[in-house]
Amino acid sequence: MAKQTNEVWVFIEQRNGKPADVSYELLSKGRKLADNMNGVLKAVVIGSGVREIAIETFRFGVDEVLLAEHSDLKMYKTIPYSRILNNLIKEHTPRIVLFGASIIGRDLAPCVASNTKSGLTADCTDLQISDVEYLKVKYEKLLLQIRPAFGGNIIATIITPDNPVQMATVREGVMEKHIVNNPKQPKITEIPYVHDDSDSLIEILEQHREESKVNLKAAPIIVAGGYGLGTKGNFKLIYDLAKVLGAEVAGSRAAVDAGFVTPDRQVGQTGVTVRPKLYIAVGISGAIQHRAGMQEANKIISINTDPNAPIFDISHYAIAGDAKDVIPMFIESYKNKLK
Amino acid sequence: MYNSIVLVKQVPDTANISGKVMKDDGTVNRSMLPAIFNFEDVVALELALQVKDKFGGKVTAITMGPPRASDILRECLYMGADEVYLISDRKFAGADTLATSYVLSETIKYIGKFDFVFGGRQAIDGDTAQVGPQTAEKLGIPQVTYVEKILDVKAGKAKIRKKIEGGYEIVESKLPVLLTVVKEAVDPRPFKAKKVMRYKNAKSLTDLEKITEGNSLLYIDKLVFEYKERNLFIPTLTMDDLKLDAERCGVKGSPTKVYKVESVVLAGGSHIKVEANKDGIGTLIDNLLEDHILG
Repeated sequence: MAKQTNEVWVFIEQRNGKPADVSYELLSKGRKLADNMNGVLKAVVIGSGVREIAIETFRFGVDEVLLAEHSDLKMYKTIPYSRILNNLIKEHTPRIVLFGASIIGRDLAPCVASNTKSGLTADCTDLQISDVEYLKVKYEKLLLQIRPAFGGNIIATIITPDNPVQMATVREGVMEKHIVNNPKQPKITEIPYVHDDSDSLIEILEQHREESKVNLKAAPIIVAGGYGLGTKGNFKLIYDLAKVLGAEVAGSRAAVDAGFVTPDRQVGQTGVTVRPKLYIAVGISGAIQHRAGMQEANKIISINTDPNAPIFDISHYAIAGDAKDVIPMFIESYKNKLK
Repeated sequence: MYNSIVLVKQVPDTANISGKVMKDDGTVNRSMLPAIFNFEDVVALELALQVKDKFGGKVTAITMGPPRASDILRECLYMGADEVYLISDRKFAGADTLATSYVLSETIKYIGKFDFVFGGRQAIDGDTAQVGPQTAEKLGIPQVTYVEKILDVKAGKAKIRKKIEGGYEIVESKLPVLLTVVKEAVDPRPFKAKKVMRYKNAKSLTDLEKITEGNSLLYIDKLVFEYKERNLFIPTLTMDDLKLDAERCGVKGSPTKVYKVESVVLAGGSHIKVEANKDGIGTLIDNLLEDHILG
């Protein structure tokens, strides 16, 4: 078994030269984990024309960037990307490797974990370094990989005690990104890429995507609707209230699944985690998976016809009532007071 | 003609958990939970069957699980799968995704030639979405995840539409390929009444052993022979059948370990009740304006 190191690596995801927020959030968390282990933080950047992204990572506390650049790597493909990571990991044995739990992350991380025979925990909501005693054996500075399980009804702490490389994926918004006060001088190590026949097993013929116009994480006020609204028509109430307050519209997973609102507006464990100044939850029962995405909001107001809805337990203000009555009252009252 | 192997899983119905199902110590009382066929795997099976409908070939469904997982294999037969295997062994218990993908990939090698491996994107108990890609890696075949549609298959290649954030990609993969399928891909077909009638008595060795328990007039070998003759025998593959390395199965083969589990405690916070009338809401808004939360 390879020797353990104290390196924390973060895979920096990007599409069309635009870095994913989650990767920078993980750099900030990775910096804290590395400090905890007296270790170093490295970013792995793969793509084409991504040198600027590589340099930008140093703002988040990176010590070194491993950069693999080649025109063949412009668009994400499982086989070449995982081969690069597999080789790097086998050569350097980082102690921790973090990926965003995005579509790319969930395509890439399991392959890399399988190839390097590492443990991988998906969708962690928290990561900590701790000494652990497990089955009467003492381990030092293990990565605690904390995540909800079983439909969100339990919180599990996972460890990978016997492997030199510990891997985890984390969803966007769970960690917060911070720019460091004293960034290190950029140190970029070029990783050579050589085409392999297996890279051509899959070819990308077309890509169609639209950048989401929605930025929930930046919104100071969010009005979110849940399954309790009943119909897509009733969801208009959410849009009306949001418009008046200058707020962004969001929805619970159930509301997204029911087609009331688009997936890019989903708040929750499998959506985005937000920390707005004000979060108004309408017709949302407050299942754990949803709470995970908004419970750190500064102020929470809930509107629900069920006086026992769990959402009330984490709300600052609780209105037991029907949204169809409450929201028009709210809008009218607010407009009057602003006059 | 293309042969498909479909990875299916029986899972506790985590969406319908009542208070009774969690024990006081925070552990889950699995025996109380209804077990269901993981929906994304049903969708995966449907895609496999559509390939068979269009191009011909064989569809084989496999599951690694405890004996009662034969329930979902029967359902695979009701939908139209040609063959099913139950992969079951005490030594597989406690497997994480690495150990599971080892067992599944070895089973696929055991079964023989295939063009497609299908699986649901993720199961609703672990929610990791890792088994599909890890199985592909061990088989040394390409993978396409978040599959929404198979557009065409010809000349040893499959043209596939897959989901990405804010849109989709059209990719072309050489065969064999492993696909993980999202639930929106397609509506699965209902069970065919004829197939239900035919296969509702399909049984695995463990199912048959239950029948012979306490009935000394029944002999297990005779029963197995009879069910095989009638094409109703669900084969079980054990660690020994597959000649697996015990160190790579079950808990032993799982690098990830559950260190602790806590039931989620609702943070009992105190909230201010606001009356759902003009006065109540008016006061609330005044407060929010004062605190500069609004305005």
